[in-house]
Amino acid sequence: MGIIKTEKLVFEYIRRDEEGNVEGITRAVDEVDLDVKQGDFIAILGHNGSGKSTLAKHINAILYPTEGTVWVDGMDTSEYKNLWDVRQSAGMVFQNPDNQIIGQVVEEDVGFGPENMGVPTKEIWERVEESLKAVGMYEYRKHSPNKLSGGQKQRVSIAGVIAMHPKCIILDEPTAMLDPNGRKEVIRAVRALNAAEGITVVLITHYMEEIIHADRVFVMDKGKIAMEGTPREIFSQVERLKELRLDVPQVTLLAHELQKGGLKIPDGMLTTDELVEALLQGA
Amino acid sequence: MSLILDHVNYIYGEDTALAVHALKDVNLVIPDGQFIGLIGHTGSGKSTLVQHLNGLIKPTDGAIYFNGEDIHDADYDKKKLRSKVGLVFQYPEHQLFEADVFSDVCFGPKNLGLSRKEVELHAYAALKQVGLEDEYFYQSPFDLSGGQKRRVAIAGVLAMKPDILILDEPTAGLDPKGRDEILDQISKLHRETGITVILVSHSMEDVAKYVERIIVMNEGSILYDGTPKEVFRHYQELEQVGLAAPQVTYIMRALKAKGLPVNTDITTIAEARDEILRKMKG
Repeated sequence: MGIIKTEKLVFEYIRRDEEGNVEGITRAVDEVDLDVKQGDFIAILGHNGSGKSTLAKHINAILYPTEGTVWVDGMDTSEYKNLWDVRQSAGMVFQNPDNQIIGQVVEEDVGFGPENMGVPTKEIWERVEESLKAVGMYEYRKHSPNKLSGGQKQRVSIAGVIAMHPKCIILDEPTAMLDPNGRKEVIRAVRALNAAEGITVVLITHYMEEIIHADRVFVMDKGKIAMEGTPREIFSQVERLKELRLDVPQVTLLAHELQKGGLKIPDGMLTTDELVEALLQGA
Repeated sequence: MSLILDHVNYIYGEDTALAVHALKDVNLVIPDGQFIGLIGHTGSGKSTLVQHLNGLIKPTDGAIYFNGEDIHDADYDKKKLRSKVGLVFQYPEHQLFEADVFSDVCFGPKNLGLSRKEVELHAYAALKQVGLEDEYFYQSPFDLSGGQKRRVAIAGVLAMKPDILILDEPTAGLDPKGRDEILDQISKLHRETGITVILVSHSMEDVAKYVERIIVMNEGSILYDGTPKEVFRHYQELEQVGLAAPQVTYIMRALKAKGLPVNTDITTIAEARDEILRKMKG
């Protein structure tokens, strides 16, 4: 069993009218089977309302399955006795950095998690230091979070999560509110955590360029997993992705357009270098 | 008919220890009917600038003229200004509040003191302009999808019949299709009605695809002001201030560096496709 595993996971919202009567049931996640290996970098794509955030919230026990089971590091998330261990194993980072930072000083904010876990003071400081170094924010440890840029705040949020020494980290559109530089900083930090520390990463995003280095990509639609594969396999299917309200990186789209224009280029180009190489070979 | 900023300065917390000089000597002319992209990293002064355009913030120094009149004159009608310069904030769907979509869109024109018939005509036209189908008009705005909610919120501003529409990151958090739908709709609105549009965006690709003029803000000043091609030619300087050129511009530069003699003044996929096909097929 992998670090995250779901089996026939179903989640239903009950819609109620103003008087509280049941109006209907929405199946947000519909029989999802997922198995993520320790150390993998996986990406989840899907249009608004496809169920990806609902799925993510199951991984650190914010939501519990209506049917089926979720295991994190072998623990069933629906068993109450596992709650705190599950949340410590799987940390979550959300979209808006301003909703996740509570400390007056960066290092204090990062220390909040381990402090609540009862980690001894000396070790808290060690963890704060290593976490801030891991996301490249150590120089800012004495700063007020209010004065940081969006990308910097989001990296502090990530440091706050990794200070709890999770085995995996789930990021739900962490770059949606950031400028291009902030987006780059955050993605670079996340990739480094995955590569250097071996932390399993689950990245949910609407930015296609951010996931070209993922090990596996899952595409959700109507609560189900509609596509699954490597970034190259997924991005080879330009038309199918468009049907699912998604997109491909500009490089991939340009390569696709050039194919249609009659040039011989392999499917699923992901980087500028690859495309340039392919074009020069054909020239 | 135009909006002019003349030596505008703005200082947050003036005369305190925490004073921040957010706008520095900004001069700008916004003529009728342009589609403008406003870009800059977080904290560069974009939002402060935008809030000056409809008089939400008064410049510490300098003046703003709308159709030749100083908007901070004692007898200037600010309420009218705000109906003429419509501002759609980030995540505008958070401001929806009425029981149904149609009433929500009526709120703006109703407050302008129009007759009920005019209010409803304005609201209907605005909902059509954002491409929302009739079947949603009497639903609760909270039952709509993210993209639909955002369109209702934009319609709420359009219903006041503004001459200038300012949108602060209208696509944040939307999926790629939702993003294209909103921007296509705004572009169509611009073409069909000639309304001036100012789009604040973090997506260089979107800005390159849709607008005719880009204004780049950095540290409270205007760094560049020109067509997408002119502005993205400075891609190295843009990177230094936390921005970039569209990915496709980098592809063209890489091709040229490797010896393929392509034009690098390219900012959209369609242009790149045509240029490469022309050069490769001879």
